[in-house]
Amino acid sequence: MIPFMIDGQPVEGKEGGNVLEVALDAGIEIPHLCYNESVRPYGACRLCLVEVSRRGRTRLTTACTYPVLEGIEVYTQTEKVLRARRMIIELILAMCPGDQLIQDMAREMGVHAVRFKQEDKDCILCGLCSRICEEVVGAHAIQFAFRGDRREMIPPFLGEAMNCIACGACVVACPVDVIKMKEEGDERTIVRWKRTLKMKQCKVCGNYFAPWFQLEKFRDQAKLQKDFFDVCYTCRT
Amino acid sequence: MTQTEVDGIVKQYGAKESAILAVLQDIQSKEKYLPKETLEYVSQRMGIPMATIFRIATFYNALSIKPRGRHKIDVCMGTACHVRGGTKILDKLERDLGISVGETTKDKRFTLESVRCVGCCSLGPVAVVDGEVFGRLTQDKMPSILKEFK
Repeated sequence: MIPFMIDGQPVEGKEGGNVLEVALDAGIEIPHLCYNESVRPYGACRLCLVEVSRRGRTRLTTACTYPVLEGIEVYTQTEKVLRARRMIIELILAMCPGDQLIQDMAREMGVHAVRFKQEDKDCILCGLCSRICEEVVGAHAIQFAFRGDRREMIPPFLGEAMNCIACGACVVACPVDVIKMKEEGDERTIVRWKRTLKMKQCKVCGNYFAPWFQLEKFRDQAKLQKDFFDVCYTCRT
Repeated sequence: MTQTEVDGIVKQYGAKESAILAVLQDIQSKEKYLPKETLEYVSQRMGIPMATIFRIATFYNALSIKPRGRHKIDVCMGTACHVRGGTKILDKLERDLGISVGETTKDKRFTLESVRCVGCCSLGPVAVVDGEVFGRLTQDKMPSILKEFK
């Protein structure tokens, strides 16, 4: 374990870890949107900015991408950090003015008005859905497209995301909750990726519980028996 | 583009992930754009997800997912060309071709683009057509230059 300080409090992190996860474990609040412990840190939302002091030099950096190092001093509440964070949340709010979570975060940080031209997007481009899809699910269904101010998270050629297995991991992971999933009868649709898949029926309770495509993929990946997914999770346990 | 042609390109660079950009560039220079069907075949052939290919294809300006014309006109909008009247050259081209920047004429003859600097500011205003540089341009010179490209 590597010892270092956060806001004057001694903490310990494991090698290869990052400052944000140590801070959260120690109960130190650092706002963040694009961080999820099950995928590699990406540093997209810039909200977890902290000041890190190392060998007498201090710099602003994202806590999620800063490695745990011995003897560093991290400050999460300095005037510089708070000012930078306020600017970032204001920019995110200008991009997605309609989002409840962003509005609440902004208010908490003391941002009450947006000085910038407001856009009508809903996605904050944190890339969490695509990282979950790639690193956890392994489906590679969705990725960023275009670049700069035109960057978007859309299925290839704006059509249906053909690799999507409709597992719903992105729906759960999205910090601003803009990826919607609906289930009607034996069909599940991930609205944003324009993907509708037929679901399998449980042999015991008769409920439609997950898409065929997803179950087959998981079965092959985990090398399960052929009839493993004949019964839904609730009936199996 | 036929599957055999794509196979040839892929074989040249190898079906590994790091070869994707080179493959896309070759398809781009042959077809002048990246057709959806071709990319789908490339994805299947090289085992690279379609989403990843689409990300790369839309990221670089050198790659296009929309059909392009046979000839590409880049009008320089760098500082030097701009002050020497680059915008007037662009206006003239837009008017004559009936398209705006980034578009392609209906007969697929020209695609009009604006670029930042092509590195020969002393010749400004400059336009590059299919890699050939035309300098000290005036509006009057444009029709005769375009005539050379069928």
